[in-house]
Amino acid sequence: MAASTEQPRIPSQQSKKGGFSGWMRRTANTRTAYYYLLPALFVMAVITFYPLFYQIWMSFTDYNVRSLNPNSAVYQAPAWIGIKNYLDILLPEGRLLSLMPNMHFWRLLYFNLFWTFSNVIFHVTLGILIAVLLNTKGLWLKGVYRAIFILPMVIPSLVIATTWRNMYDPQYGAINQMLASIGALFNIPPETFHIRWIDQIEPPIKWFLPMMPLPLSYYAMLFANIWLGWPFMTVVATGALASVPEDLYEAASIDGANGRQQFWNITIPMIRPAMIPAAMLGMITTFNLFHISYFLSGGGPLRQTEIMVTTAYRLVNENREYGLAAAFSVIIFFVLLIITLLTNRVTRATESYDE
Amino acid sequence: MNSSQKLPLRKQLVLQAILLFITFIVLFPIMWIVSLSLDPRGISRPTELNLIPPGASLQAYKDVMAQPTANPVSFAQLALNSLFLTGGVSLFSVGVAITAAYTFSRKKFPGRKFLMLGIITVLMLPAIATIAPLFVTLNQIRIGDFNLRNSLWGVGLAMVAAALPFAIWNLKGYLDTIPKDLEEAAIIDGASPNQVFFRIILPLAVPALAVTFFIAFLGGWTEFALSWQFLTDPQDFTLSMALWNMTGQYAGSVPWSHFAAMSIMVALPVAVIYLALQKYIVGGLTIGSVK
Repeated sequence: MAASTEQPRIPSQQSKKGGFSGWMRRTANTRTAYYYLLPALFVMAVITFYPLFYQIWMSFTDYNVRSLNPNSAVYQAPAWIGIKNYLDILLPEGRLLSLMPNMHFWRLLYFNLFWTFSNVIFHVTLGILIAVLLNTKGLWLKGVYRAIFILPMVIPSLVIATTWRNMYDPQYGAINQMLASIGALFNIPPETFHIRWIDQIEPPIKWFLPMMPLPLSYYAMLFANIWLGWPFMTVVATGALASVPEDLYEAASIDGANGRQQFWNITIPMIRPAMIPAAMLGMITTFNLFHISYFLSGGGPLRQTEIMVTTAYRLVNENREYGLAAAFSVIIFFVLLIITLLTNRVTRATESYDE
Repeated sequence: MNSSQKLPLRKQLVLQAILLFITFIVLFPIMWIVSLSLDPRGISRPTELNLIPPGASLQAYKDVMAQPTANPVSFAQLALNSLFLTGGVSLFSVGVAITAAYTFSRKKFPGRKFLMLGIITVLMLPAIATIAPLFVTLNQIRIGDFNLRNSLWGVGLAMVAAALPFAIWNLKGYLDTIPKDLEEAAIIDGASPNQVFFRIILPLAVPALAVTFFIAFLGGWTEFALSWQFLTDPQDFTLSMALWNMTGQYAGSVPWSHFAAMSIMVALPVAVIYLALQKYIVGGLTIGSVK
């Protein structure tokens, strides 16, 4: 693209002049562009790109806590160990398992993907349904509901995750206390509601998921994250609904289409171009959602609700295995690359369908 | 759906019931944390649900203001650290990003595609996935007793690594929506590239700069992973670190009323900014998402 805009100028009279002044004139635009880019490129080269390349090098070494300080007595220079770190992560009985008991990479990836899809499906479905509900003509208190429903979006997710963690406390948490007070109405003893939302190891639904029964803490996380995530989709859907022409619905109801038919044949196709990019954004965000896993469940029980970014963080923060963590991050990069390429393809495919 | 008809009462009541139920679920955690924070008794854990605890007062807020955690550091110091960190990072990122964003939005030059691809690649990677190299490289920069890694400056630099590409991409998205007519007219009138940028683009971009600044600020205000990994001196700690010190297994004897008051004091400033700028921020998030 860039080259083709420069080319037509070369045969022009000005640029036939050789030498330095001719070159200066020909490249004036490019040079201005790079002057303007210089500050950002310099900062990014030092603080973004250099660490990324350093990370790739680190991932092939045994960089550990003793490699940190060259002045220390126990200093040990990081040694090149080839792809050992990658094998330690990807092979079932590698060093990752001995460092982090119960951690299996492929199970982690499976859980992380399922976690992402299950959340985004709930977010998008609830987001659209509630947006349509709030869009009903003649509904009372619309403004009040819209103001309240925005609240989960404006609270920092760190605060939300820590609050929900305390709410799920078996003894002092609000969830069990509320269930107990509802249960009291039906004469159910309060001990019944001593549910260990985060720590219970026994999966509540034994056959779900195949090959990876989900612990109760997954459902606790899912509920908290649905609470957190649907308002964004409602905001996006509400914006999209505002641009759907009114006469489409009028024409449809004259033709005898009922509410459900109008929803599937007018509303959904019309808001789809706005919802798909939002869903893709939700997908990437949820895949990397550090806060809910780290703060709410702590990855437990038995690391069953750990996701990839929390694992990478624990390798640095708890295990101090910097080389292994670097390799893990490189793997995360490739997983995300695949997800992005796939979602881009989905987005593009649906775009061409709509236009 | 039909505009010519009034909503029938029965349907109205059904919809209201659904919406009230959703309202209850949305408000439940918020009400819980607010009522906890008003509990004056300083009891370590709540034993029952009550909307307004007996003898409600602001005592928990006073205690948290003085010293939220076991560490000898005041709320004001923690808030200042968070403010310095996220304010500095956001201001620096937006300031450095604007000329680059303008160039990517308006100019065609050799290497444009390559550089933009580089930025998108970085954007795709979560900040936590570069923590290992940032930690070990910043840890090597030591001047006497000062270790760059173990300071707010080091955390700030590491945060810029992710905030700057985001700011470039977000600002580029905004600038793409500003019509080019004004610039073209100015160029015909003989304005130099610098004049076009400083006299025309920059004034038009002020709202975009403000929104990008606030989105970066909201993200940085509760930054946790880098600070938790880098900092060891309680005087440098941030609000997020203190809040986590008051939660769950770390809470120890910290009463939950203190945790609740702290949560509200951390969340309130950004919630207010978010509500005030909601329209622009949502627009910005979706612009930034077109990766």
